[in-house]
Amino acid sequence: MTSTVAEKPTEDDTPRRRPLRLRLASANTLWISLVLLALIAVFAAINPGAVLTLFNLQTTLIETSVLLVLAVGMTFVIITSGIDLSVGSVLVFSGITSALVMNAMSPGGDSTGAGWGVITVGLLVALVSGAAWGLLNGILVAKAKIPPLIVTLGSFGAALGAGELLTGGSDVRTVPDALATTLGSGTSFGVVPNLVILAAVVTAVGAWLLGTTKFGRYTYAVGSNEVAARRTGIAVTRHLVLVYLLTGVLAGLAGFMSLAYFRTTTLTSHSTDNLNAIAGVVLGGTSLFGGVGSIIGTVVGVFIPAVLQKGFVIIGVNVYWQPIAVAIVLVAAVWFDQARRRARNSR
Amino acid sequence: MTEPILELRGVNKSFGPVHVLHDVDLVVRPGEVTALVGDNGAGKSTVVKSIAGIHQIDSGEVVFDGEPVHIPGPREAATLGIEVVYQDLALCDNLDIVQNMFLGRERGKGGFLDEADMERAARETLASLSVRTVKSVRTQVSSLSGGQRQTVAIAKAVLWNSKVVLLDEPTAALGVAQTRQVLDLVRRLADQGLGVVLISHNMNDVFEVADTIATLYLGRMVAQLPTRDLTNTQVVELITAGRSGDIGLAKPEVATV
Ligand SMILES: Nc1ncnc2c1ncn2[C@@H]1O[C@H](COP(=O)(O)OP(=O)(O)OP(=O)(O)O)[C@@H](O)[C@H]1O
Ligand SMILES: [Mg+2]
Repeated sequence: MTSTVAEKPTEDDTPRRRPLRLRLASANTLWISLVLLALIAVFAAINPGAVLTLFNLQTTLIETSVLLVLAVGMTFVIITSGIDLSVGSVLVFSGITSALVMNAMSPGGDSTGAGWGVITVGLLVALVSGAAWGLLNGILVAKAKIPPLIVTLGSFGAALGAGELLTGGSDVRTVPDALATTLGSGTSFGVVPNLVILAAVVTAVGAWLLGTTKFGRYTYAVGSNEVAARRTGIAVTRHLVLVYLLTGVLAGLAGFMSLAYFRTTTLTSHSTDNLNAIAGVVLGGTSLFGGVGSIIGTVVGVFIPAVLQKGFVIIGVNVYWQPIAVAIVLVAAVWFDQARRRARNSR
Repeated sequence: MTEPILELRGVNKSFGPVHVLHDVDLVVRPGEVTALVGDNGAGKSTVVKSIAGIHQIDSGEVVFDGEPVHIPGPREAATLGIEVVYQDLALCDNLDIVQNMFLGRERGKGGFLDEADMERAARETLASLSVRTVKSVRTQVSSLSGGQRQTVAIAKAVLWNSKVVLLDEPTAALGVAQTRQVLDLVRRLADQGLGVVLISHNMNDVFEVADTIATLYLGRMVAQLPTRDLTNTQVVELITAGRSGDIGLAKPEVATV
């Protein structure tokens, strides 16, 4: 019964017959999804008891939520054939400004007992901080035409430095209890962590934006052929600025999520977030050459390192094998992408 | 004789120190195919890009439908009804045919895309051009042959109710049959009342479809004359020497000795 879905009318007005680009992307996504399932199956076979327990599922999901939010933004950037190395530092910076402002608004400079008014301001501060760095990245990349690798390498260092200047190099450890117990460690529907719900919503909105709107279409077009995009009248410069801005805002949100979960600004623990996000995006079938990719792929890609990590713990393999395993899968994924491009170009 | 739909008057264009177009005049009439010929580097593509809003002219006038116009960008050119098929095609490889044809002018409300509507329009346009070589309008452009890509680029230009279509060497990469199709198409566009500018290095093609032939020589428009007043030899001389008998650049002094 694999009959014609294409002919059936659908609720939304987009046809079910998906463009080849999406089908190719999902062919890639399909492979990596199979890898993910295979990993889970192997770990489950070795230690059936531990893998599927609620606690394991919850912690894996929670620990991946923050990274997923970063990776959604990163997907857009990489599809434009850009890169953003600054996300981890922007995350930290936004957490710091947010925490500092919430403290400043609270009696005695301690926001532990702060209410929702203060928390809302804290959220806005985090988003605006992220937006500011994103805007700066975008302007330098799109208007000043400095390579994104250099621009965001610069803001990677600068954002962390600026954060440390603000706090004198030590973590801010006062976070509103109301925030930590709801967004940070709370659950909805009995078992689903709130952090995970937020990440899922961000991911869904990202997928919708990329897949069904002009903004998404222009993202692919700019990454595929910038000159062609310009010639059809697309405001390429503006679009690139917006993409980096979006990534910055999401990094700001991730900073707020991290603050809620860890109850501290975690200055030193995000230096490889950028690489983890890029690895997830690329594992998920998004091409570093631009023009190809999907949010669904990114979701799968982000979970592979997380599952490897958990799996190694469960089956008792030294966890230091995890980065090595991730590296192998990553290089294989990029090699696969390049082989595909070569096959296409030599047609 | 009909009024010109598009006219260039004394257009100059330099890239830095390189003066590429010198006082170029060009007349494009609706219902006619105007061939633009000239050697490599004569400035043909620069003329096209100046009209398309990709390059800004330094001096001179672009007159569209009787009105002097300023064309700051591709979007404004499209709004006037000017469509271009570029020499390098400028398609997005990773997008499919429909997505390319509507790029920058997607249908749909707000920021959303009406894929079904665009797909239908793309299919109709390709059918109206009697294009039967592409199997699905959802094929990714990267997997098309050179000729098919050319066809998509042309279909993209005629999809819109344009008044002027500029084609920069549209048959350069094509085989015999597909060249035939494109030339027929060029003729049909003119017969529908569009002003068509065709750039080509192939004199047979030019003489077959063009109503007038405009020759650029080192950035100067040396002659624009009705095809019936010209011979193949004359055009070749105009292209290579800028002059043929009494036509073209004035005789240099030395030649009179
Ligand atoms: N963007 C640019 N910057 C600098 N010089 C340019 C640019 N575009 C074109 N030129 C120069 O202008 C001159 C005319 O180029 P153009 O592309 O218009 O020639 P053409 O007549 O289309 O040639 P061909 O038949 O090879 O396509 C050339 O000398 C070229 O080097
Ligand atoms: Mg040219």
